[in-house]
Amino acid sequence: MRGGVAAVTEPAALATELPAGRSTGWWGMALFIATESTLFAALLGSYFYLRFQAGPQWPPAGIRPPELFLPLIMTALLLPSSLPLLWAERGIRRGQQWRLRAGLAATIALGASFLSLQAMEYASSLEEFTFTTDVYGSLYYVITGFHGAHVTIGLLMLTWLLAAALRGKFGVRRHERVRIAALYWHFVDLVWAAILFTVYLSPRL
Amino acid sequence: MSTVAELPAGAGPAPAEQLAARWEEPRTVRAWFTTVDHKRIGRRYLVTASVFFGLAGVSAILLRTQLAGPEAGLLSPQEYNQLFSMHGTAMIFLFATPMLFGFGNFLVPLMIGARDMAFPRLNAFGYWVFLFAGVFMWASLPAGAAPNGGWFAYVPLTDEVNSPGLHLDVYTLGLLFLGISTTAGAINFIVTALKLRAPGMSLNRVPIFVWAIVATSFMVLFALPALNLDNGLLFLDRRFGTHFFDPEAGGNVLLWQHLFWIFGHPDVYIIVMPALGIVSAVLPAFCRRGLVAYPLVVLGVVSISIISFGVWAHHMFATGLPQLSLSFFSAASSIITIPSGLQLFAWLTTMLLGRLVMRAPLLFVIGFIVTFVIGGFTGAMFALTAFDQQVTDSYFVVAHFHYVLFGGAVFPILAAVYFWLPKITGRMFSERLARWAFWLIFIGMNVTFFPMHLSGLFGMPRRVYTYPEGLGWDPWNLLATLGSYILAVGLLLVVVGVVHALRRGKPAADDPWGGDTLEWATTSPPAPYNFPVLPEVHSLHPVWDPRTAESVAAGAPEARTLAEGRQTIRTSELDARYEQPIEMPESSLRPLVAATGLLVVFGGLLFDWYWVAAGGGLLLALTMVGWLWPPAEPT
Repeated sequence: MRGGVAAVTEPAALATELPAGRSTGWWGMALFIATESTLFAALLGSYFYLRFQAGPQWPPAGIRPPELFLPLIMTALLLPSSLPLLWAERGIRRGQQWRLRAGLAATIALGASFLSLQAMEYASSLEEFTFTTDVYGSLYYVITGFHGAHVTIGLLMLTWLLAAALRGKFGVRRHERVRIAALYWHFVDLVWAAILFTVYLSPRL
Repeated sequence: MSTVAELPAGAGPAPAEQLAARWEEPRTVRAWFTTVDHKRIGRRYLVTASVFFGLAGVSAILLRTQLAGPEAGLLSPQEYNQLFSMHGTAMIFLFATPMLFGFGNFLVPLMIGARDMAFPRLNAFGYWVFLFAGVFMWASLPAGAAPNGGWFAYVPLTDEVNSPGLHLDVYTLGLLFLGISTTAGAINFIVTALKLRAPGMSLNRVPIFVWAIVATSFMVLFALPALNLDNGLLFLDRRFGTHFFDPEAGGNVLLWQHLFWIFGHPDVYIIVMPALGIVSAVLPAFCRRGLVAYPLVVLGVVSISIISFGVWAHHMFATGLPQLSLSFFSAASSIITIPSGLQLFAWLTTMLLGRLVMRAPLLFVIGFIVTFVIGGFTGAMFALTAFDQQVTDSYFVVAHFHYVLFGGAVFPILAAVYFWLPKITGRMFSERLARWAFWLIFIGMNVTFFPMHLSGLFGMPRRVYTYPEGLGWDPWNLLATLGSYILAVGLLLVVVGVVHALRRGKPAADDPWGGDTLEWATTSPPAPYNFPVLPEVHSLHPVWDPRTAESVAAGAPEARTLAEGRQTIRTSELDARYEQPIEMPESSLRPLVAATGLLVVFGGLLFDWYWVAAGGGLLLALTMVGWLWPPAEPT
């Protein structure tokens, strides 16, 4: 390494003084979310296509419209779960490790409660119909299950972040991974709003 | 090494040695499996896709031999079904896109003046997944379990009742597996082109080929999910008894077609667009002038990629959709010919205003223009609903899309093979052999596919394994079969030409054609770090521009040499202002391990071994944990 003037004028040192711009990782995740959103859009589009081709009665005979009580509680857990994450990210930008750890833990707790409530909901709906009953059952379980799988992967990512955060891997200038994983969580979170509308609210319209 | 000797004084031998120490890989077996070099990965894409092209080509020769005369007995109907399904599936998914992604992989970082792709390890992962998915699908053929429902696998033909066995499970799982590779590649291309362009290469100085790869990648991101969903739902229907495509339980068979063609029509452009980019890259070198109407061509590329999402139902004109929606799709299908025609006229004008140098790559480009226009002409006929309903599912369709895809993709790919062979291998090819190959391919291609227009108009349906005598189809089928043999000989000559160049070819100059894009500014083949000094770009034709050449000469600042580490430059998205140097990852075994995990997942799913699949998933997840773990030193 060189010392003196060269150390502060070499490109790496100068670059930290410049406005950083978006990183390659950020763009990678943004594009991944774009393609995943398209996947959800195609899935929910298929729901409406099949619903409107299926005839006037929806859900089909023998199945009651979905209960709203549990899904609304799940919504109340999942939608605000992005807030502690935002708070954590702002914390680590100022170097506050405790805020990062506490925020991550809070989001993980909210996400995990969401998943356990979804399991409870499945337990009751499975008594009434399964994914082989008819196309309504197939759509209901595949859409919610697909989203549940995304929540699970999101939780794995956050747990991974928390493990790294507990080892002090992030800092004022080293928190790109927090930013990128958080993007994914916000996406998983927002998609739920579309699913709530499609699967739970739209049959009652 | 000539690289070091020819270096401009500014970079000096010392930085070049430093760079070589950081970028060169040892010649070991381990290094072969762990490499993340975009050039090696690009070459592997090209070779692997060519092998799959060969397999799909041999399938086609068998099909044509069976159809040479009426009532032939070479193939059983079951064998015929599997061969034509694998022929189509492999040509579309395992050859065309990966081959063009191979050129993209090799060329995009070189053309934009970067040292690698934005995500080199993801790039390696994408290649291994492509290789495994291709082997996964081809291995089913000798086992007698290859896909047998045609390349678009319409339900209800392909549901569990009508197509029992593993055939269609190989299809759905194989394409889902492959989709991971294609998506990863597309994201990588877009980010590379957005963030790693050499300083000064603002959007209006990006080579058309890079524009085309980026537009293609965006189409992949928005089109592929529809195919993935379709295949996922069909797999669930077949294996786990869901009812998405089952009308008896409220499902709908047309859902398959809608989702398939929402993917499938953009996919035609996903295949053709990078090929059009190749044409725009090859022409300037052989016309001795820049491409005419660069901004319009870019606008054409972008607008095709958008409009292509609005034309899918023209594949479904015969399915009884509402008349009004047919008019909409008919109109959109007619409109898309405008930006395509615009590009065509830009090429013709470039040739008209330039000074033509008749070499093999240019011959293939001219062959492309002729055949692609014929394919486009029959395409415009199909955009008219009434005509479409007359000839749908006949050999006329087969003739049309082979003119579009052979003309629109294979000719440019062959032009690219000859054009960039000196750069990729450092060897020149035999021009005489290349010309023989061109004429055999051009004649063979037309003799094969032109008679299919006629047999189609005379009523011959596609996908029949034989036909009775006396329907007026016999001479046209015999002619097409003879043509396919000529075509095969021509394509074989290309292989001979490449092998000959590798073994006996004269060493190639750095810039044998006088090209205008940055890959010609470096050595043939390029050093592992691509450029000793990353250039500063001052025009659309950096190699023809003295100021850009000066930027890599004596006195280049260290900010663009970056010899201290394994680094490349990150610039801003729109005007490519210098942002900061970024660290590039070292070679790694993790991409291969992760891809193996995925192979276990899909193999487990195929054979009902769900615990095995779960084990593969675990291997994948654990690999990712280590892969993405924050590095020890600050980044």
